[in-house]
Amino acid sequence: MTSREPRKTVTLLCPVEYLGSLLIPSFSVVGGMIMMLCFTLRYIFTPPFYLRNIFKQMVEIGVNSMPVVLITASFTGAVLALQSHTAFKRFDAETLVGTVVALSMTRELGPVLTGLIVAGRAGAAMAAELGTMRVTEQIDALETLATNPVRYLVVPRFIGGMLMLPALTVLSDGIGIMGGFIVSTRVLGANPTTYMTRTWDFLEMEDIFHGLLKSFFFGAAIALISSYEGFASEGGAEGVGKATTRAVVLSSMAILISDYFLSAWLFK
Amino acid sequence: MNSDIMIHIEGLSKSFGRKQVLDGLELDVMRGESMVVIGGSGTGKSVLIKHIIGLLKPDSGRIYVDGHDVLSLGEHDLGELRKKFGMLFQNAALFDSFSVWENVGFGLKQHTRLSSAEVRKVASEKLRMVGLAGIEDLMPSELSGGMRKRVGLARAIAMEPEVIFYDEPTTGLDPIMADVINELIVDLRKKLKVTSISITHDMASAYKIADRIAMLYKGRIIEVGTVDEIRNTSNEIVRQFITGSAVGPITMEVTRA
Repeated sequence: MTSREPRKTVTLLCPVEYLGSLLIPSFSVVGGMIMMLCFTLRYIFTPPFYLRNIFKQMVEIGVNSMPVVLITASFTGAVLALQSHTAFKRFDAETLVGTVVALSMTRELGPVLTGLIVAGRAGAAMAAELGTMRVTEQIDALETLATNPVRYLVVPRFIGGMLMLPALTVLSDGIGIMGGFIVSTRVLGANPTTYMTRTWDFLEMEDIFHGLLKSFFFGAAIALISSYEGFASEGGAEGVGKATTRAVVLSSMAILISDYFLSAWLFK
Repeated sequence: MNSDIMIHIEGLSKSFGRKQVLDGLELDVMRGESMVVIGGSGTGKSVLIKHIIGLLKPDSGRIYVDGHDVLSLGEHDLGELRKKFGMLFQNAALFDSFSVWENVGFGLKQHTRLSSAEVRKVASEKLRMVGLAGIEDLMPSELSGGMRKRVGLARAIAMEPEVIFYDEPTTGLDPIMADVINELIVDLRKKLKVTSISITHDMASAYKIADRIAMLYKGRIIEVGTVDEIRNTSNEIVRQFITGSAVGPITMEVTRA
């Protein structure tokens, strides 16, 4: 009887322990990110400011992402036009293709696709760079040189993300609408004037503005998550690899999940 | 507090998860002295240094540097204190996005009003002190291990610190380069009159650069003494370590590691 007692406790505790082993690390990650966010928000408004770093990150996140954003947005706009044309033809509403493309791009696809691309490109680069700096003690070295690593490394990425994501989204919206326009008028034979009129008639500033507001959040989320994962990485090359993967996966999930809630809140 | 004491540590304890790394550690380092902390790999030597600089927060204990309680300092004051520190990291920890002179001049650039040209001039001067003239524009990836360490050393002394920390300064170098680094450390101490704390398990290096040696074992300093006192110690544990014997009171956790 006595020999069976410990086993009973183990079986009873097991699910709880298992659940705990899953939940506690997630809590500590979320807690760590919230702390990093608080420090970052405070440091944004207090000197010293590292303008050169901010500029460098804006180039890295924004300018260097332009080619891939251009390609993605133009083909997304094009395929939107193609698909909605096929669908709308069935009830003689082809003239509304322009409206569908414009609304889809500005409200949803512009911000979200740009966010996902930047998460994959710049987010991965951030996590890998900061992770390598962490495991090679370069972040510790910054501290010993009396330079706050969050100020010096995270704040510029955060600002860069928040400013450049909306900028890329504007670009993406415009190029997507252009892509739809070209396919509709050149391939599907729509009248250019009708197409553009239908686009402008139904597109409101609010659509564009809300899309940009979402992308502003996405930019902040990508920078924060990727920086956190980089800072928290440990254990050499393998650790940096894992941190990079987690940065991209978590950023993408954060974008897609927050997109729903932001849309529900903004477009109600 | 006695003003001859530069660094005073009392009751320092730190554990990572279930592993107790430091367990009530006590240590005093005098002003201008070269203290070498010896101990096996993974006994918490780096953790000790990281506490003194304020990179890690202890579970309990107090640390005073130059009369300041490191743990009670805010961000700004800690930054000011760190300007008095220089640290040479084990693998140099050079910023790989900056050239050699930008690495050496990083602190100056951040904390002084010197122009780029002036910073570069100071950096060149420090590089000459460690025997590296003319490599200002190379990138860290183009340097050998010994050169990286010397650039790291130049960066550590660039702000003319009062305390220099050396994290395993000779590890991973060939014996001759190791001795070059030892000579540099001794030389810098004579020229700059700094207090220094080095951690190492290289006894040749420890004997050469130390005024006093402290042995870290199981989270505490078990013996502190001058080089001669340590050489002639009666403590079995210290003797086993300095002679490098597998047989003795220190048992390596080979199977569990």
